[in-house]
Amino acid sequence: MEKRYETVFILTPVLSDDQAKEAAKKIKKTITDLGGKVVNEENWGLKKLAYPIQKKTTGFYHLIEFAGEGEAIVNNLEVTYKRDERILRFLTVALDKHAVAYADKRKGRVAEAKTKKKESANA
Amino acid sequence: MAAPKDIRYLNPPTAEAKKKKYCRFKKSGIKYIDFKDPDFLLKFVNEQGKLLPRRLTGTSLKFQRKVAQAVKRARHLSLMPYVADLLK
Repeated sequence: MEKRYETVFILTPVLSDDQAKEAAKKIKKTITDLGGKVVNEENWGLKKLAYPIQKKTTGFYHLIEFAGEGEAIVNNLEVTYKRDERILRFLTVALDKHAVAYADKRKGRVAEAKTKKKESANA
Repeated sequence: MAAPKDIRYLNPPTAEAKKKKYCRFKKSGIKYIDFKDPDFLLKFVNEQGKLLPRRLTGTSLKFQRKVAQAVKRARHLSLMPYVADLLK
């Protein structure tokens, strides 16, 4: 039975922009390699941390929602997180039915906010 | 000891109007508390960043557990501080 997961991870701010993108792409690739389907992906960019992690006060936040079969996908994903030293912190959460409904609604809201921003940009 | 009968208060103890507390999640039909938006979670945390008890917020047990879990996840991702002063 396909379960929905949601993972958020923080990249160290020392990276340049394309390194950060490359790290995020690497995570996405590991998910698809493990047989997961990426449903939604958000990049919150550089954000201030509430408390310093590894002496750093800001970090690149990334959110990836994916659907996968069985627990192996999450375990292997977390192994790659632990190995990659660019990632300061990560959190993987399984979504129940209310969470899935909320996530889909939120995806609609975020997409609509983006189009509104685009309209206001070129208006 | 002064018997309770003849204790006279300076001003009568006004039974402060007991506002019927309600669970805001049941009332507004929120089913899932997202750990990713900290500004909503700040409503359930006091100035020091500690979780508010149910007797103050009035939330039901089921949703208080969800709020607690969401706040702890937000703290893990440093969207919210573990300890803070003048958080609000």
